[in-house]
Amino acid sequence: MPAVLTALALLVGALVVLGVAAWPLSRSVLGARVVHGGVALAGLLLAAGGLAGLLGGVSSLTLPFGPPWGLARLALDPLSAWFLLPVGLSAACASLFAFGGVHGPVAPRLLVPWPLFLAGMALTILAADGFTLLLGFEAMSLASWALVAHDDAQAANRRAARIYLGFAGFGGLSLILALGVLAGGAGDVAFAVLRDAPPEGWRAAAVLALVIAGAGSKAGIAPLHVWLPLAHPAAPSHVSAVMSGAMTKVALYVLARFVFDLMGPAQPFWLGAPLIALGAASAVIGALRANLEDDTKTLLACSTIENVGLIAIGLGLAMAFRGADLPALAALASGASLLHALNHAVFKTLLFLAAGEVLHGAATRAIDRLGGLIHRMPVTAWAALVGVGAAAALPPLSGFASEWLLLQALLAAWRVGDLPFQIGVAAATALTALAAALAAAAMVRFWGLVFLGRPRTPRAAGAQEAGGAARWALLVPAGLTVAFGLLPGVLLDLAEPALRLMAGAGAPRAGVLSVGAAEGGARYWPVLVALLLAAAVGAALWFVRRRAPGGVARFGAPGHVMRGPAWDCGFIAAPAHLPFGDPASQPSAAGFGQPLRRMLGTSLLAAREAVTMPPPGATGAARLDAGFHDPALVALEGPLPRAREALATQAERLRDLSIRQCLGLTFGAVVLMLALLAVLGGR
Amino acid sequence: MALVWGIIAQALHIALILAAAPLLTGVVRWLKARMMGRRGADPLQPTRDLLKLLRKTPVLAENASAVSRAAPYIAVGAAVAGAALVPSFARGMVFAPLSDLILVAGLLALGRVAMALAGMDVGTPFGGLGAAREMSFAALAEPALVVAALTLAILAGTTNLDAIAAAFRDGGLGLRVSLGLALVAMVAVAIAENARIPVDNPSTHLELTMVHEAMILEASGRHLALWEYAAMLRLTLWLALLSAVFLPFGQAPAGAAPHVWVVGLAAWVAKMGALALALAGFESAIAKMRVFRVPEFLGAALLLGLLGAIYLFVSTGLT
Repeated sequence: MPAVLTALALLVGALVVLGVAAWPLSRSVLGARVVHGGVALAGLLLAAGGLAGLLGGVSSLTLPFGPPWGLARLALDPLSAWFLLPVGLSAACASLFAFGGVHGPVAPRLLVPWPLFLAGMALTILAADGFTLLLGFEAMSLASWALVAHDDAQAANRRAARIYLGFAGFGGLSLILALGVLAGGAGDVAFAVLRDAPPEGWRAAAVLALVIAGAGSKAGIAPLHVWLPLAHPAAPSHVSAVMSGAMTKVALYVLARFVFDLMGPAQPFWLGAPLIALGAASAVIGALRANLEDDTKTLLACSTIENVGLIAIGLGLAMAFRGADLPALAALASGASLLHALNHAVFKTLLFLAAGEVLHGAATRAIDRLGGLIHRMPVTAWAALVGVGAAAALPPLSGFASEWLLLQALLAAWRVGDLPFQIGVAAATALTALAAALAAAAMVRFWGLVFLGRPRTPRAAGAQEAGGAARWALLVPAGLTVAFGLLPGVLLDLAEPALRLMAGAGAPRAGVLSVGAAEGGARYWPVLVALLLAAAVGAALWFVRRRAPGGVARFGAPGHVMRGPAWDCGFIAAPAHLPFGDPASQPSAAGFGQPLRRMLGTSLLAAREAVTMPPPGATGAARLDAGFHDPALVALEGPLPRAREALATQAERLRDLSIRQCLGLTFGAVVLMLALLAVLGGR
Repeated sequence: MALVWGIIAQALHIALILAAAPLLTGVVRWLKARMMGRRGADPLQPTRDLLKLLRKTPVLAENASAVSRAAPYIAVGAAVAGAALVPSFARGMVFAPLSDLILVAGLLALGRVAMALAGMDVGTPFGGLGAAREMSFAALAEPALVVAALTLAILAGTTNLDAIAAAFRDGGLGLRVSLGLALVAMVAVAIAENARIPVDNPSTHLELTMVHEAMILEASGRHLALWEYAAMLRLTLWLALLSAVFLPFGQAPAGAAPHVWVVGLAAWVAKMGALALALAGFESAIAKMRVFRVPEFLGAALLLGLLGAIYLFVSTGLT
């Protein structure tokens, strides 16, 4: 349907116009609301366009302008249409949240990049040639960098923005090189041309490595994930939501576009192995870090690394299955990936927006300064609980459905048949389960410490909930999380054209009520599971109420409870100046993470603990120092600056060269170039 | 007709599990007491305790939220739903297509998260401590379970429990090394998930090493009854799971007439009794380990499970 694609192209143009117009509009409240409302609407339209693209066919469009050597091309095929859904939904919810948060003029540096960010993401997805893809990818990177760097008064934010820019540059460079290797000598980077000449042998491996470096660094695949926990918290909450929910998905889309479409179907199965290994490493590192971080948004960013890792495992498995000529299993694995990409986009947007609401209501992101917010911010708390349940992969919410599919794909991966691959995949299965369980622990820690317990500061005790648009921005993704969890079959049916593109064959028809591993294999029936759970809970309620004797009735209904001070193993009540009890006598962020820090953190994240006791007889407080380092960040911050120093020292020496040496250098360079030209031209 | 029998078998199965849960706990306690030279309470005592607790009004902490009130129902609901899916005396029950091992693991996780959140609700040190430990142990138990499931899925071709039980009973798989290793892994997970010795002590209170009981310290009255009942159901579920997968003999096949069920029922009771005896013997013979030794215990289970899967790859690769 070319009309849909034309409309989407016009929408991207309108977003760019909105970005430019945001500069004058930012001066007034109404103007800022117009911008945020416009972006929310654009997000909805993008998702609708994705839906239309999935139901319609493939369409392409050549724009009347483009780079000097040709025209820019856009296309809408099932794969790009599917990825418009998470991007559109995430951006719509986040913009709705931002709309509710406008109470005065917004700084232009916060408002102008926002529509451009969404335009960049949409352009990346719609691109049908390498140049347009890179243009969109870089626009997305730069706009989000501007948003990360908006609050440059704090040194931590400046550092985050600097590292983020470095990674964005590295990622873009890797993608340019990947396109170069893919295009070869011909130089035409239109996707249609690239598809006709799929790379083989070392070129395929090189393209894969460069794409993993380029798109993977944007998605947060280990070891290129270190910018994510720094940059996501630095941005405003609605931006972090879209960066985590949508931008990582755009990067994964680029990855999928290269390995499933442009590299052609005839690739060996072992090309999937690096993605599986890196995905498993990201999943475990991300989930473990989420258990150790003490900042709400950093914690959620680490959980994003985990989920991106899970999606990458699914993509790698799909590559391996396709290479081993197992199309039904390839469809299962890619279905798990696509579904998890959508589910994660929705529930992570929800969780980031809830963290933003908490930041707004209680004025902090530090878990150790929050607590008990379920009493002050009930809607936020219950909406966040839905997202937490999905992130913890609890049935019948959305995260469980996609992780169930992923596990089924992993459990079937031994059919590829190669012994080293089988052993590796068995290890990846264990790591995936470990990551899923670690994520559950991290989510319990996040929700339990922030929303349950007692307030740890007076500010948290006086937190207030916002109403209006911000409330809907939480309730809508919460509802979607429940709906996607109950009807994964519908979504998989919708994704079937995309699966056919990725896997080469249709998935076994999912049907409305269930999703299945393979013909005759295990099936998951989310609606029935939800009904069974509801029936069991209802029966328990009914039985308990029936057993409640008449003697209790004088207190009221059978549901009556008595209230008293917390039992707390008979500890005495706190003094009067501590109306909520001693806030330090409940678990802290570091305390809750202690078991996992000791079990896994010491080996994986170089975690350390040091207890400093006062000397015997002294009444001073003991002190516990705990911390950890991400090995990837250490590796990055150690050798890289040293290499830059060494390079700079060498370059300094050029300054002291004599005129003769300078001329010699230039002459040598010219001779080298000519020699290169002669060698290459002779071939 | 098969559908009707399936529904009847399912209803009987649920009733059986619901009634067996407190009885099983009572039997294990009684057996343990006998082994330790005590007389032991009547095996019906846990049932009476539950009925007594149900009549009592719960006392909630002043700052307890709705989580404290809703969580016990969720935990019991998840345990009932999970237990309803694990085949006991007959296969081909009406929920058989749903009875997936990964789903059962997910339902157990739902109950666990409900319990951990209830433990954190009031903001007491013990509740948070127990929740942190429970979630951390689960993080190590889950991979061991999934790796054991990998072996089962390779042998049976599916993670559906009903189909696994059928494959192991009718397929003539016989004794296999990898199945034995998967059994060890699953037993270790079962011990950790049910807070049994040596991971946790189910009969202790107010001890710094406790995990499970620490989370429900604030619960009382009918809420406490629900928590205890959920724990009993979980134990029943795990023993039923182990007997369905590793001791599938005697089970009535799908579509069998009710008189075959009697045989299946007798076999199930015998198997559960044997497992209870084994559990009581194991718990009496072994000391509780330090909390921070538990990762080694579960890590060993994970490695054995992986070894089982790898052994399977190698052995099938050679033939």
